[in-house]
Amino acid sequence: MSALAARSGHSGFRHPSLVVGATLTGLFVFAAALSLVWAPHSPFDIDVPHKLAAPSPAHWLGTDAFGRDVASLLLVGAQNSLLVGVVAVAIGLIIGAALGLLAAAMGGFPEDLVMRLADFAFAFPAVLSAILLAALFGPSVLDAILAIGVFNVPVFARVTRAAARGVWRRDFILAARAAGSGTLRISLEHVLPNILPGLTVQATIQFATAVLAETALSYLGLGTQPPQPSWGRMLNDAQTLMFQAPQLAVYPGLAIALAVLGLNLLGDGLNDLLDPRLARTR
Amino acid sequence: MALLEVEELTVRLATARGPADAVRGVSFSLDRGQTLGLTGESGSGKSMTALAVIALLPEGARASGRVLLDGEDLLAASERRLCAVRGNRIGMIFQEPMTALDPLHSVVRQVAEPLRLHRGLSAGAARAEALRLLDRVRLADAHRSAAAYPHQLSGGQRQRVLIASALACGPDLLVADEPTTALDATTQSEILDLIAELVDEDGMALMLISHDLGVMAQNVTRTLVMYGGSIVESGPTEAVFSRLAHPYTRGLHAARPRLGVGRGKRLAAIPGTVPEIADLPPGCPFAGRCPLTIAACSAAIPPPLPVGPGHAARCIRLEAALTLPKAAD
Repeated sequence: MSALAARSGHSGFRHPSLVVGATLTGLFVFAAALSLVWAPHSPFDIDVPHKLAAPSPAHWLGTDAFGRDVASLLLVGAQNSLLVGVVAVAIGLIIGAALGLLAAAMGGFPEDLVMRLADFAFAFPAVLSAILLAALFGPSVLDAILAIGVFNVPVFARVTRAAARGVWRRDFILAARAAGSGTLRISLEHVLPNILPGLTVQATIQFATAVLAETALSYLGLGTQPPQPSWGRMLNDAQTLMFQAPQLAVYPGLAIALAVLGLNLLGDGLNDLLDPRLARTR
Repeated sequence: MALLEVEELTVRLATARGPADAVRGVSFSLDRGQTLGLTGESGSGKSMTALAVIALLPEGARASGRVLLDGEDLLAASERRLCAVRGNRIGMIFQEPMTALDPLHSVVRQVAEPLRLHRGLSAGAARAEALRLLDRVRLADAHRSAAAYPHQLSGGQRQRVLIASALACGPDLLVADEPTTALDATTQSEILDLIAELVDEDGMALMLISHDLGVMAQNVTRTLVMYGGSIVESGPTEAVFSRLAHPYTRGLHAARPRLGVGRGKRLAAIPGTVPEIADLPPGCPFAGRCPLTIAACSAAIPPPLPVGPGHAARCIRLEAALTLPKAAD
């Protein structure tokens, strides 16, 4: 245990992107969690007389066009980004990894089928699917989650298959087969754990993409619906006041940029940390 | 009926240069309590034969002929049936203990795996049985090492873990493919002694594959010498090594390194190299490299000709071969 702690501590200094990424991601998650129990004001409190107020002790980042507290909107908006990111990545990871494992284990026709379906799915960007879903079911945050989740499936299917194929060629898989393990058991007991580091890295990066996609969809009015606060909606609201109150666009923009940067750096850092070949060369 | 009967086994591989036979019409049988060795150079087909016996040939390889385990043809069996046979009735030990263990599972878990699969033991019961097995293969400090991960153990210790795993369900047949090739010399003899002892205690059949003639001579009662995918000589180990009937066996014997040979003396070598399986000549595979080659050698694969009781060699020039000089000991 102490060896492990020493190793990760030691590696932390050698991977500054991991430290910065983990800190930013930590802040993001902390903001979302904190807003569940406490925020300076309710983000739904409209106070038109005090609209577009400058930062003050009462309103740290001022108020928006409806007099809502911007700091509270940002905090509560983090919940939304986090929720969409987590659920969309979970959908993509679970279905995609299952398909990728299946493709790698079966080979031949099933593998070709899964991979061609993935190619096909790639032709539809998340935003396009979300517009389709919004047209069918009316715009909601659920559309955004589904569209981004479905978009993630082929991404994870490809990464999983490529990594799993590599594991299937290793000696210990032959040994497991010689011990009588079947394809399903080998996939879950031996292949999956061995590709988990790669999947973790991919999940972090897809998380960043999902956060970005959710803000894009909300900005377009296809994701989170008012009055529920979201960073994308805040950008949209700020657009009309671009020249009177530019700070209203800067705050959510900065929040999005820092959250996405943090997640990308975390993914990058994890990649360095978990890939022994890279670690050795540093 | 013997425990294992291999009849006219042929393994066809899809090579870059088209289909080619890595194993060509191999037949042998092996009964419980017997030990059988397969020897020959790299590429002679011995490992392919071993993999065919446990029906784990690489993708793209096709086996024909029959591999009968207690009369059941494994080459025709369903994958589900094979999963019930592998690790249960046939145990296998591999060449590379460094890579044959999953780096992410503790050793006790890997020994317990076949027990949970075939015996349906609970996690706790399988673990207890695995600990007993690790004790039996004399894993150093077994109860502490059981929780270790493969990278924390030495090669010899890992091979002990693999042996424990292969023997977990008490198989009737143990297939050991170059089990000691990756180990240093002292560990080699320890592992071979361990295998011999366990095989003897359990009354298993042992199929040992090794390129090392010394390993053959000390560990198996019957030896098959393979070259170019076919068995060129087979017989009781003592007879094979005392008569050296086939010119290839004789060449292999002369080429082995020996202690006490004067410094600066070169090892005897067989001229030429093993032909690629796609280039095998139609007749005797050893024709051309053999000092006794005559035109008739390339006409057809020689039939097994008797040398002594239970001892045969595929060579049409046996009389001449038996007069070739042996390596000085």
